[in-house]
Amino acid sequence: MRGVIGFADAEFRIALRNRWIMILTVTMGLFSLVLTLAGSGPTGTLGADQLSVTVASLTGLAVYLVPLMSLLLSFDAVAGELERGTLGLTLTYPVSRTAMLLGKFVAHVGILAIALLVGYGLAAITAFGLDDEAAQGLGALVRLYWSSLLLGAGFVALGYLASALSRRPATAAGLVIGLWLVAIVLYDLGLLAAIVADDGGAFTKTVFPWMLIANPADAFRLFNLAASDATAAASGVSGAAQSIPPERALVTVFVWPPIAFGLAAWRFRRIVP
Amino acid sequence: MVRLKLENVCKNFEGFEALKNVSFTVAAGEKVALLGHNGAGKTTLMKAILGLQPHDGGRIEVMGAAPGSHAARMQVAYLPENVAFHSSLTGREQIRLYLRLRGQPVELADELLERVGLEHVSRRRIGTYSKGMRQKVGLAQALIGNPALMILDEPTSGLDPISRRKFYAILDDMAARGAAILLSSHALTEVEARTDRIVILSKGQVVADDTLSGLRKEAGLPTHIRIAAKPGAADQVAAMLNAGRSNGVTVDLTCAPEDKLARLREIAALGPKVRDLDVAPPSLDDIYDHFSRRAER
Ligand SMILES: Nc1ncnc2c1ncn2[C@@H]1O[C@H](COP(=O)(O)OP(=O)(O)O)[C@@H](O)[C@H]1O
Ligand SMILES: [Mg+2]
Repeated sequence: MRGVIGFADAEFRIALRNRWIMILTVTMGLFSLVLTLAGSGPTGTLGADQLSVTVASLTGLAVYLVPLMSLLLSFDAVAGELERGTLGLTLTYPVSRTAMLLGKFVAHVGILAIALLVGYGLAAITAFGLDDEAAQGLGALVRLYWSSLLLGAGFVALGYLASALSRRPATAAGLVIGLWLVAIVLYDLGLLAAIVADDGGAFTKTVFPWMLIANPADAFRLFNLAASDATAAASGVSGAAQSIPPERALVTVFVWPPIAFGLAAWRFRRIVP
Repeated sequence: MVRLKLENVCKNFEGFEALKNVSFTVAAGEKVALLGHNGAGKTTLMKAILGLQPHDGGRIEVMGAAPGSHAARMQVAYLPENVAFHSSLTGREQIRLYLRLRGQPVELADELLERVGLEHVSRRRIGTYSKGMRQKVGLAQALIGNPALMILDEPTSGLDPISRRKFYAILDDMAARGAAILLSSHALTEVEARTDRIVILSKGQVVADDTLSGLRKEAGLPTHIRIAAKPGAADQVAAMLNAGRSNGVTVDLTCAPEDKLARLREIAALGPKVRDLDVAPPSLDDIYDHFSRRAER
């Protein structure tokens, strides 16, 4: 896979110079700090340590923020090169298009890794300062970290797909905002409405768990909340899906990145610059 | 050795024929100029050679390989028309990326940038470069790894005359090392005597493929002779030479290339009535016009 490192290096420099890395890192850091401090209430009554409580609120944050950051990083990847007119020249080099996409993928997921490390790290440090028992939640935090990265990787790849489907960055931007709204906000609302209408019928028992688990964001939340003790913060939909085993949710979180990347690479191969 | 071979290449855009039976070859060490007005099909042909845009008919062989194949891409360099780069990268970073893509050591970047005269700005963002400087970055990347075939789309547009001369010196150097070079331009004056052969494309068709002197001969355009006469003698000179025009000081006449020497002898015979004379062979623009217009008829 010649060129992957070259593309990754260039993409990382671009993000550094465009302040993307700084913006995302500061955003993650601020949100994590605020959540940790805001959640530092009477934890004793729940019987959970401070860090576990923080992980529960960070999970709720990550479901919204990680896909959004990932899509913002990735939507320009193909359409931007096409519009700037840089794609044609690059494609005459003896490297595959998949290598080009993979290089960008490495850089973008790497940027997410940095932003999340800083954000979650700050949260952990704060939690340790507030509670001597915080070490109990460390496992949950580590789990949250790598599953957040997987969630991000899936949405980075979905951003590439959107980018390869549109010939202009403006169209791609619209597409990823729509995708975020549908996957993160409307999907849950729709499922919730369906459950209410179904009132404990066949849909709730058979179709609903699969639909919930198919969405990487829902699967991510389910996995992290089910795996930790602090399910108190579980939202309505997740609360209704207690029956789903977390391992199954984990599978979704793992398979989305390769599926989305494969689709993006396939679509990218058909683009004529 | 033929590096690029085109046989009856055709390309349609929804019924519009952008290329019609284009055939010619470019050999190793040869510099060929592809000339044509805007919209003649130069870029379309180059994209087909590079495999960026598939052609519909005919054959293209790039060192025996199919256009766009890995084997072809290993040996072909491209400089696109209005070349663009990511504005946030520096010239040096951009060239280092391209070196990596060709599997070459990144340390060569500084040498390449110096060769095109960009060493003083190599650590500045490309967003701050002028068009000519971007063009030089484009040339630098096209030199990576001594390509066997160079496809350059209007490479000298945006370059000042001194940069253009340096540009052609670099091309001479590449050709001397055996590179086959195809470069496009919309004006014959841009490429002048810098190329070995000239292919003229008009509305997607090859209307000429020859050396400059061959084209000149084939066009058979008249030579212009301008005679500066002694004060007061202009009308007399014009009458004696059966020349059409005179403005009282100079006399203009045109003649076919084969009559040129006979005409000059007649003028010399006029002795002191003639003060000076200029002989202007048909200009490059005249020749280019001749071939592109002939195709339109
Ligand atoms: N993608 C395209 N779709 C439709 N028409 C095109 C496309 N690309 C080029 N053309 C047409 O093909 C003709 C040749 O264009 P081009 O090769 O760019 O000319 P040149 O490079 O000689 O100026 C033009 O009439 C142009 O409008
Ligand atoms: Mg063109």
